[in-house]
Amino acid sequence: MLMQELVDLLKCQVILGSEFMEGLEVTACFAADLMSDVLAFSRPGSLLITGLASIQSAHTADVADLAGILFVGGKTPAEPVIALVRSQRIPLLTTEMSMFEACGRLYASGLEPGGRP
Amino acid sequence: MNESRWSTGEPRVPWEGAEILYSESFQIVGDDFEHGGEAAAKIKAMLKQFGLDTAVIRRLSIANFEAEMNVIMYAREAEMQLQVLPTAVRVILSDRGQGIPDIAQALQEGYSTATPQMRQRGFGAGLGLPNIKRNTDEFEIVSTPGVGTTLRYTIHLQG
Repeated sequence: MLMQELVDLLKCQVILGSEFMEGLEVTACFAADLMSDVLAFSRPGSLLITGLASIQSAHTADVADLAGILFVGGKTPAEPVIALVRSQRIPLLTTEMSMFEACGRLYASGLEPGGRP
Repeated sequence: MNESRWSTGEPRVPWEGAEILYSESFQIVGDDFEHGGEAAAKIKAMLKQFGLDTAVIRRLSIANFEAEMNVIMYAREAEMQLQVLPTAVRVILSDRGQGIPDIAQALQEGYSTATPQMRQRGFGAGLGLPNIKRNTDEFEIVSTPGVGTTLRYTIHLQG
């Protein structure tokens, strides 16, 4: 799925990354609020879906080589989080949808689990 | 109090006297959640510049991040030393803190003494030390309750 299609599907706000989103594909997602789970089980290149808008979520996306971050449930990241993700040059999205609804729509659209225990 | 020690993996490079191509140390301050992850991020950027294999960088970065968060959650302060060797990358992390009374218990997935504040950051689920073990080829813990803990872990660059 194109990242732009995901943005439309989940009615996302694009906080960062619109300039390199053209043609960008997402094939897999990993959803968790527990960063240790993301670090343990995610596959590189997956989109991180989380309701945890802390600086640690941004560091997790970096060290685990994830393709972008989607904050669900209307969570708005603070400025230091946005600044860190900007330096990582990956997309940062938010949606008002819940974790369940966002994941359900993406799974139904054919996206794969980006890792498993 | 007594020192306790635990280790896994087959040591390939001696800790003393090995050829070190590059070494740098980073300070970590306990309870400093706002900066938790910066040491791991700096080391990752450095290793990328050195041109190391991306899978090796990812494994070491995950171990470093978990270890760094452990310091922030449980210790007063620590020094994280990166060493790049011809055949391995390794980290020595020495903290001043409460120590680990029972290392075997701390290594069990799900065992945790975390507070709600730690869990709000997405950590403290009892996966830190197991995640370090999972991502490294050699891993040693030496801890003295009331004094501190030293972690040493290594990832081999070949075979």
